[in-house]
Amino acid sequence: MNPVPNTHAAPPLLDIRGLSKHFGSGPHPVRAVSDVSFSIARGETLGLVGESGSGKSTIGRLITRLLDPNAGQMLYQDSRQGPTDLASLSAAAYRPLRARLQIIFQDPYASLNPRMRIRQVLGEALDTHGLARGAAREPRIQALLQQVGLRPEHADRLPHEFSGGQRQRIGIARALAVEPEFIVADEPLSALDVSIQAQVVNLLGDLKEQLGLTLLFISHDLDVVEYLCDRVVVLYLGRVMEMAPTATLYSRPRHPYTQALLAAAPVLDPTQRRTIIPLKGDLPSPAHPPSGCVFRTRCPQAEARCAETATPLREVSAGHWTACWRDE
Amino acid sequence: MNKSLENLRPRLEVRSLSTSFGTPEGRIQSVADVSFEIPAGQTLALVGESGSGKSVTSLSLMGLHARSARPEVAGEAWFVRRDGQRVNLLALPETEMRRLRGNEVAMVFQEPMTSLNPVLTVGEQIAESVRLHKGLDRRAALARAREMLDWVEIPAAAQRLGEYPHQLSGGMRQRVMIALAMACEPSLLIADEPTTALDVTIQAQILALMGRLQKQTGMTLLFVTHNLGVVAQYADHVAVMYAGRIVESAPVQDLFRAPSHPYTQGLLACLPGMARRQAERAGGADTALLPTGPAGRHRLVAIPGQVSSPLAPPPGCAFGPRCGHREAACELTMPELRALSGQRQSRCILSNHEVTA
Repeated sequence: MNPVPNTHAAPPLLDIRGLSKHFGSGPHPVRAVSDVSFSIARGETLGLVGESGSGKSTIGRLITRLLDPNAGQMLYQDSRQGPTDLASLSAAAYRPLRARLQIIFQDPYASLNPRMRIRQVLGEALDTHGLARGAAREPRIQALLQQVGLRPEHADRLPHEFSGGQRQRIGIARALAVEPEFIVADEPLSALDVSIQAQVVNLLGDLKEQLGLTLLFISHDLDVVEYLCDRVVVLYLGRVMEMAPTATLYSRPRHPYTQALLAAAPVLDPTQRRTIIPLKGDLPSPAHPPSGCVFRTRCPQAEARCAETATPLREVSAGHWTACWRDE
Repeated sequence: MNKSLENLRPRLEVRSLSTSFGTPEGRIQSVADVSFEIPAGQTLALVGESGSGKSVTSLSLMGLHARSARPEVAGEAWFVRRDGQRVNLLALPETEMRRLRGNEVAMVFQEPMTSLNPVLTVGEQIAESVRLHKGLDRRAALARAREMLDWVEIPAAAQRLGEYPHQLSGGMRQRVMIALAMACEPSLLIADEPTTALDVTIQAQILALMGRLQKQTGMTLLFVTHNLGVVAQYADHVAVMYAGRIVESAPVQDLFRAPSHPYTQGLLACLPGMARRQAERAGGADTALLPTGPAGRHRLVAIPGQVSSPLAPPPGCAFGPRCGHREAACELTMPELRALSGQRQSRCILSNHEVTA
């Protein structure tokens, strides 16, 4: 039932089962995330891709419990507490786990307090978890700044004195301050120029290797995901459409939505101009999702049966899951 | 008039455009010495990162800077009107400019939600433009608006005519913006990041639409963007901007095959999609051979540092402090934009021979 890649013998670091999140009450709540299941192995980089409204950011916030799920389990193999269901913990019980699971936000301008110097930003994170007290404080802050490629004097500056790329480095340093093992990176590149994006991608890759981090990389940029991730989960309207190792997904996408998504991205080569046959129409409202397969209203290959029942994920090859009936 | 000769003339010819703004810290030179031309019916992509001056260039051409920013615009922008008359957009009196703007020269903006009027229906906004420029009466103008919505493939156009911008999705709003811009059949369309706010499947729809409209009307397109994939797929010619100046200009195939300026080289090399294509070319075509694990992953070629502040530009070449090919001579004077072979230009003292990717 639960699609766990059987290539990993050890239990996954995080195993998400039947996760759902609805916003609003009444007869038609917005179904941001519906019955999502996937897992992340220790040390893996998992890409979560999808367009606006696919639920990818909501999932990141559910894992870090900035939002509370309506249903589902999030089994986390904590190195200190043992297996823990993140979904069922109270806010107080989750608090010590925040040092294990950290999040990096999309907008480096909005996620730093404009009145706090960088020393305070990092110090607050350390204080919250009682780390690097007293004489250990300053060396730790200096080490963090160095780790993300900032200079010692930057500790005394305010956020507005930094460029977007530098602010994102501060966001990364703040996440690293509490020595996490799992990092949710929610569109960490979207607000940055391409030449700066490459710097941050390299930094994330280096830190992951040095610190042995596990990374959930949420993005709409298919090229960066292909570059950075080991496996990819494709979301549409709050549901998983396809899930596979990166090379498999990009070379042999099975779900019509993944195929359309990959085809829609413009190729960086003027000698290979193609006529893209774009998907028709817009994303349906998540408050009124279509019956059966949620993608069927835009799917070029939709059949009558697609409207009748939901299409469960099925494994088509090792670790490659698709939520579509069709075999080719 | 000889039709083929007409087509050879550039629809727009910009000469030494410079724009500066007054700030409390002093005047900021946002655009300096920008020159380009676009042959009728062709697409020029103006590429650059934040602060490169690409949007300021387009707004300068349209005369749309806020007066409170205390803009100073210098240079010439020669536009060939429908009747064949050649006018300098930067020197036209405002009354004349108003007759052209939204009529012969139209613009599509990045964020349709902030550039459409929230208290007017979609139909009224399009009708207003054709009443003003084409002198149509209310009924005829609304009929024209309906026709335009059909043309940009908005389903249930008759119903949408009476709706407000907030009732539409982002993709639909951008279609309305395009309908509005196209309503008076402009011969020059300036599109400033028209798909940046959109998802990739919707971006594909909008680009396909713009391509079809250009083919049908023969309009000339100035496409301002930071997305090099879009440039590769849609532009005829590319001008790359850095810190307010054009640093390289080339036909699109030449630019991607052999970028000449170190900035362009860096910009292309730091894209993960480009890194992959290069790896594919080097190591066979199978993407499965690409490194996927952390151990085997190649690092991206990042451009070090960041753009210097316009209030404290470096001496000489603006890209110098970030350039791997920097020499002593680079810090002496700002290099000229020099003509290379073909239709290429580069603002680098090393371009010609040494600098090749």
